[in-house]
Amino acid sequence: MPSVMRPGRDIAIVAFGQTDHRRSSDELSEVEMLMPVLHQVLDATGLKTSDIGFTCSGSSDYLAGRAFSFTMALDGVGAWPPISESHVEMDGAWALYEAWTKLLTGEADTALVYAYGKSSPGSVRDVLTRQLDPYYVAPLWPDSVALAALQAQALIDAGDTDEPALAGVASRSRRDASANSHAQLRGSVPQGEYVVRPLRTGDCPPVSDGAAAVILAAGDRARELCERPAWIRGIDHRIEAHSLGVRDLTDSPSSRLAAERAGAFERPVDTAELHAPFTAQEVVLRKALKLGDDVTVNPSGGALAANPVMAAGLIRLGEAAARIHRGASDRALAHATSGPCLQQNLVAVLEGDAR
Amino acid sequence: MATVPSPEVLRAPLVVEFPFTRSLGPVQSAFLTGLRERVVLGVRCGDGRTLVPPVEYDPVTAEEIRDLVEVAPTGTVTTWAWNHEPRRGQPLETPFAWVLVKLDGADTALLHALDAPGPDAVTTGMRVRIRWAAERSGAITDIACFETYEGEAGGVQSAPHDGVFGDPVTGIVAPARLDYTYSPGRAQSDYLGALADRKVVGERCPSCHKVYVPPRGACPTCGVATTEAVEVGPRGTVTTYCIVNIKAKNLDIEVPYVYAHIALDGADLALHARIAGIPYDQVRMGLRVEPVWSDGGRFPDHYRPTGEPDADYDTYKELV
Ligand SMILES: [Zn+2]
Repeated sequence: MPSVMRPGRDIAIVAFGQTDHRRSSDELSEVEMLMPVLHQVLDATGLKTSDIGFTCSGSSDYLAGRAFSFTMALDGVGAWPPISESHVEMDGAWALYEAWTKLLTGEADTALVYAYGKSSPGSVRDVLTRQLDPYYVAPLWPDSVALAALQAQALIDAGDTDEPALAGVASRSRRDASANSHAQLRGSVPQGEYVVRPLRTGDCPPVSDGAAAVILAAGDRARELCERPAWIRGIDHRIEAHSLGVRDLTDSPSSRLAAERAGAFERPVDTAELHAPFTAQEVVLRKALKLGDDVTVNPSGGALAANPVMAAGLIRLGEAAARIHRGASDRALAHATSGPCLQQNLVAVLEGDAR
Repeated sequence: MATVPSPEVLRAPLVVEFPFTRSLGPVQSAFLTGLRERVVLGVRCGDGRTLVPPVEYDPVTAEEIRDLVEVAPTGTVTTWAWNHEPRRGQPLETPFAWVLVKLDGADTALLHALDAPGPDAVTTGMRVRIRWAAERSGAITDIACFETYEGEAGGVQSAPHDGVFGDPVTGIVAPARLDYTYSPGRAQSDYLGALADRKVVGERCPSCHKVYVPPRGACPTCGVATTEAVEVGPRGTVTTYCIVNIKAKNLDIEVPYVYAHIALDGADLALHARIAGIPYDQVRMGLRVEPVWSDGGRFPDHYRPTGEPDADYDTYKELV
């Protein structure tokens, strides 16, 4: 059994904020969409931008169709020298991983992590084809729903699920999202027609514009800033072969390995926030992460209720942390994914102090 | 404090298009050249499996792999998805199935399209074969698609292949195009709206009181929203400039010309624009300029000298 990576320093998520996620936010630029969320987490902790030790963001130029689009968003954080700042062209969950690493080094005690995605200007199904293997796959333009549908059919063939069960995942997610004022699809949403069979509209995430931010703090600083910090007990991310035909699409060995390294299997979790944009992916993740029926999965509604690409994974970490902050969870698993059919996976284990 | 009423949301089409030119490694070159010659090659990896399509590094061990083998153009569907609405760039224009196909002799599956009359004609485990494109250039699209095939699996062994073909393909050109509808957001919409009325309007930061033009809705120093509209200019001072000697594609401005940073009167950030109405080699720091709108233009076409004396360096040195 591989050894579990023990953080050398106690680091916690101490604040989380997110926008209301919407189909379109034409009237706002990225920085205009993002700034209220940044101020939300700064206000929650009483920190000013100049107090932050490290800033890291996640976004993608391909969503906006403009090079270096993240530099515009930087205006929202007062990016004035000597700011220590970084960016990942990925989901903000990976920006959080970088910030966590930075705090581990002791070079900073607080970090601001944010992520945003405006999917509305383009067609996200087409945009995501550009992350595929450029030699053998991208020239065929298989869109994100098509690839997820191949995975869903593989699961159905394996007897792991069927279309009614997938519809059940969809309706449970959107029912749970009724309690989440930020979610885009809430309550009863028709399962709809096939988009790419076997996936129907209900099996697919909405196209969303939105942003999210968290603040991390180390040790006593975390206790000063938050009544009940969500301590990151472990965090790890793993990747699988990019060729879909090499992978077993019904399983997620990279999620399982990341969870193992993050210490997720040492004790049961009570909550899991899974980044599963498509219903069938929740089936894969529940199995890979060994989540029993007693675990509350995606009480926020998950990515099926709101899917701001590049922020949706960070939101899973934020939602899990927020449940610990308010005492609804003591030990939560948060998961983020990137790439087609769960190619890359990040798992974090968050805990609150004993009550 | 005057908060500008939000005008209608501005929108414009934005097309990002680029022909990505990519070079190929030895394995990819052999595979794609093979497709041109109607030969499908895989690569043997450390655990004895044959990977099709082939890669140059073992997906598990990351070891370099080079042992090419030829596999059959027939195979078995391992999973599929029915695509009733083909999108731009996809292999077929009529409804088709996306399929992962394990070719006979291969241990992994290749993604492509299957031409079939409808979803009822597709099953996992069905037998298929490659339909070659009539014109082949050494690209994955040399496989036009798969089609149903009655022959049984079995008995097919992959055979070693030296991967040598005449006139090997060493690169591909992969054209990419994405279409967007660009909306500039509140602050820039207000700015563009005012420009159309021949006014230059920036925004003041409530914290440091600097006036930004063009405004982006946030003060980059303070990280707070800028909301107070402030009319600036129209006259300004050249703070720095460059002489452009290379003509851009689709641009009908004669070179050389001058592109300059201009600090509009009342602004705390210089914007950039073209300078005309003066020989290019007489443009200088401190030159006083004003905007020139073309007939019906929604923004200044260029800036020209006002004829005023040059500005004193101290008046604009903070903006250089
Ligand atoms: Zn300011």
